[in-house]
Amino acid sequence: MKLPPYATTGQRIWHYSYKVICGLIFFFLIAPIVVIIPLSFNAENFFTFTPGMIALEADAYSLKHYKDFFTNPDWQQAMRNSIRIAPVATLISVTLGTLAAVGLSQDHVPFRRLIMAILISPMIVPLIISAAGMYFFYSRIGLQGTYFGVVLAHAALGIPFVIITVTATLVGFDKSLTRAAANMGADPVHTFFKVQMPLILPGVISGGLFAFITSFDEVVVVLFVGSAGQKTLPWQMFTGLREQISPTILAVATILVVISIALLTTVEILRRRSERLRGLSPG
Amino acid sequence: MTDTSETGPVLAADGTPLKRSLQRALRAQKIRALALIAPLLLFVLLTFIAPIADMLFRSVENEIVSETLPRTVIALQDYSGEETPGEDVFAALYTDLAIATEFKTHTRLGSRLNYEQTGISSLFRKTGRRVKRFATDAYTDQFVALDAAWENPATWVALMAEQDARSALPETASAYAGWTSIVLDDNDDPATEQPADFVYTALYRELAANPDVGAVLENPLLTTAAAAVPDFETVDIRAQFLDVEEDWADTDVWKTIKAFSPNYTPGYFLAAVDLQQTVDGVQQQPEDQRVYMMLFKRTMFMSLAIMASCVLLGYPIAFLLANLSLRTSNLLMILVLLPFWTSLLVRTSAWKVLLQQQGVINDILVWIGLVDDANRLIMMNNQFGTIVAMTHILLPFMILPLYSVMKTIPVTYVRAAKSLGATNWTAFWRVYFPQSVPGIGAGCILVFILAIGYYITPELVGGTTGTFISNRIAYHISSSLNWGLAAALGTILLAVVLLLYWVYDKIVGIDNVSLG
Repeated sequence: MKLPPYATTGQRIWHYSYKVICGLIFFFLIAPIVVIIPLSFNAENFFTFTPGMIALEADAYSLKHYKDFFTNPDWQQAMRNSIRIAPVATLISVTLGTLAAVGLSQDHVPFRRLIMAILISPMIVPLIISAAGMYFFYSRIGLQGTYFGVVLAHAALGIPFVIITVTATLVGFDKSLTRAAANMGADPVHTFFKVQMPLILPGVISGGLFAFITSFDEVVVVLFVGSAGQKTLPWQMFTGLREQISPTILAVATILVVISIALLTTVEILRRRSERLRGLSPG
Repeated sequence: MTDTSETGPVLAADGTPLKRSLQRALRAQKIRALALIAPLLLFVLLTFIAPIADMLFRSVENEIVSETLPRTVIALQDYSGEETPGEDVFAALYTDLAIATEFKTHTRLGSRLNYEQTGISSLFRKTGRRVKRFATDAYTDQFVALDAAWENPATWVALMAEQDARSALPETASAYAGWTSIVLDDNDDPATEQPADFVYTALYRELAANPDVGAVLENPLLTTAAAAVPDFETVDIRAQFLDVEEDWADTDVWKTIKAFSPNYTPGYFLAAVDLQQTVDGVQQQPEDQRVYMMLFKRTMFMSLAIMASCVLLGYPIAFLLANLSLRTSNLLMILVLLPFWTSLLVRTSAWKVLLQQQGVINDILVWIGLVDDANRLIMMNNQFGTIVAMTHILLPFMILPLYSVMKTIPVTYVRAAKSLGATNWTAFWRVYFPQSVPGIGAGCILVFILAIGYYITPELVGGTTGTFISNRIAYHISSSLNWGLAAALGTILLAVVLLLYWVYDKIVGIDNVSLG
C-alpha cells in the first residue's frame, strides 16, 4: 500500500482520500465503544459530555455509577445470576461438545453431514425463533422460568461454537500420536487425557470461551425462557435501556468491554499457541 | 502380490476372511464414533430441535375449538353458513358452554376465536356468565315433578351404567359424562350430587325426538318420562342465547367457529401473510388489518439496506487489511475484532447514547453550529437508528469473510493487468473485483441472515417504524399471547433463513465458518 514515486496528482489524492475513508470507517467501528468509557465516569446523570468533562475538571468525573453498580441489589442480583448461569452452561457445552467433536473427527462417521447440521443449528437459527420454540416447549415440560431451563438453553446455544473450534483443532491433530500411545499399551481413555487432550486444549478453551461469552451476553432466550429470578446482566441492561435509562448501564458496559478485551486477548494467544503446536507436529 | 495362484478368500490372522474382519473393525469404529457423538446429539435434539419442532407444530395446531366445543363442532358439520343454525346446534353449544364455563376454558377459546373475528371474546365471556342461569331449569323441575326418582343421583348412576342406555341416549350420556368430569374436578362424588340442568335438557331433547327409547330399554322410569315429555313446557335454547347477546344470530360468528373447528388449521399462516380463512374460502384481511406483509417487506428492505451499507463500509477496510503488511494488518484487525467481541447490549447502549436527541452526536452538531439547538435531529426510534446501529454491529461479519477471500487473491494479477496498460481503476474493476465477489457473496448472505432475525437492537433503537418481524413475534408471545400466530411467523422466518443458509452452503460451505 505504498504510493509509488511516479504517482500522478490524481493518484495521490485518491490514495490519501482512501486512507481518510478507511480511517473514518475504523472510527465508526471503534468510537461508539470508546465513547461510553469516559461517559461512565460522568459525575452527572447525563448521557453526554458535560462542559466540565470537556474541560477535564476533576470533579466532573466520578465513580458513582460504578458504586451504584456494586451496591444496587438489582444489579448485584443480575451479576450473581450471570455468574451462576454462564459457567454451568459452558461446562455442559464443553464436555459434551468436545466428546462429540472427537467422535466427529473419526474417519468413518455415518450421516456426518446431517449430524453436523443438527449440532450447528442453534447457531444458524435466529435467536428469536430459538427463544420462541424453547419458550413453548419448556413451558410444556415445566422448565420455563427455572434456572435449569436457562442453563440448558444456553448450553444448547454454546454447543456450535465448541464443535466448530474443537473440530478445527482436531483437523490438524496427528493421529499417529494416539496410535503410538495405543501401541505402547495405553487404553483409549488414558490416551485421550494424556495425549490428545493436551494437544487440543487450546481449541477446547477457546471453544469454551465462545460458549461462555454466548451465554454471558445472551439476552433474547433468557428473556423468554427465564423468569424474574434468572434476570442476568444483559437482561438488566435491556430493561434499563428500554425503561428507565440510568448511567449505571454505561459503567456496566465499560466493565463488559474490559472483559471482552481480556477474552479477545486470551483467544488470540491460544490461537497462536495452537498454530505453533500444529506447526511442530509432523505431517 | 505375486502369490495369486490361490483363488480362495484372503484370510486375516485369526482365520476369518479379511473382508469380513475389516467390515467388523469398520463397524466397531462407526459405533465408537457414534457413541461419542450420541450424548450431545441427544442433548441438542431435546433442548433445541424439539422446541423448534414444537413451534412448527403450534403454528398449525388448533385443537382448542374441538376440545372446548366438541358437541357443537359435530352439530355444525352440515352447517352451510347461510342462516343462523337451528336449535340442535344451540343445544349442543349450551351443553358445551355449560361444561366449559365450569373449567373456565370458554374465555381461552373466546380469545382464540377473537384473533379471527373481533367481538367473539366478549360474546363468550358474556354468555359464560349467563349460561348457568338459562331457563332450562324448567326441564329439571318437570322431570322431578314427574317422578322424584329423577332427583336422586343414584337413578342417574344406574341409568348411565347401562351400555344400552348410553348408546340409546348418546347426547344425554355425553352431557352426563361432561357433568361427571366437573364434579370430579371439584373433588366431589357424582353418586351423591344431582346432575346439572344441561343433563336434563339433553335427556328431554332425546326423549322428545325418540319416544320409544324407554320401551326399547325396558326402563319404566324412562317409558313414563317419554310419555310425559310431549306435554312438557319447552324452553327455546336459541332464544336464550339470543337473549344474552344478539350476536349469536350473526352467521359470521358461526362461520368462524365452523372454519376453525378442525384440529389443524392453516389459519395462523394465512394470518401471517395477511389473509384470513372464512367459510367462503381464503380472503384478504381488511385493509386496515394488513400489517404482516408490510412488516416482512420492511424486514427485508432494512436487512438489504444494512447489507448494502456493510458492503460499502466493509470492502475498503477488508481491501486495506488484505494489502497491508501482516504486522500492521494484525494491529488494525483488533479494531475490527474488538467490536465483534463486545457485548451486543454494550454496542446497542452506545448507539442509544450517541443517537439520542440529547446525545453526543446532536451535542456535537449543535456545538459546531450545523444544527439549531431547538431542532435537534431525530436519529433514533426510526429506521435510520436501526440501520446505523445494526450496520455497526454486523460490519465485522462482512469484513472477516471478505478479508479471508481477498487474502487469497494473488497481487501479481493486478500487476500483470497494469503492465499490460490497464489504469488503476480498470485493473481493480476488471481484475481484482471479480475475484473478490465470492467474499462479497459470503459476507452479504451472512449479514443478511443475521439481520433478518435481529430482535434486541430494533427493539431498543427502532421505535415503531424501525422494528422487524422478530419484534412482532416477541410481541405475540409475551403481550398478545397469540402463540399460534407467533409460531407461524417464526416458521416463515425460519424457512427464509434456512433457504439462505442452503445458498450460503452452496457458495461458501458451512464448514468454512470461521470465528475470527
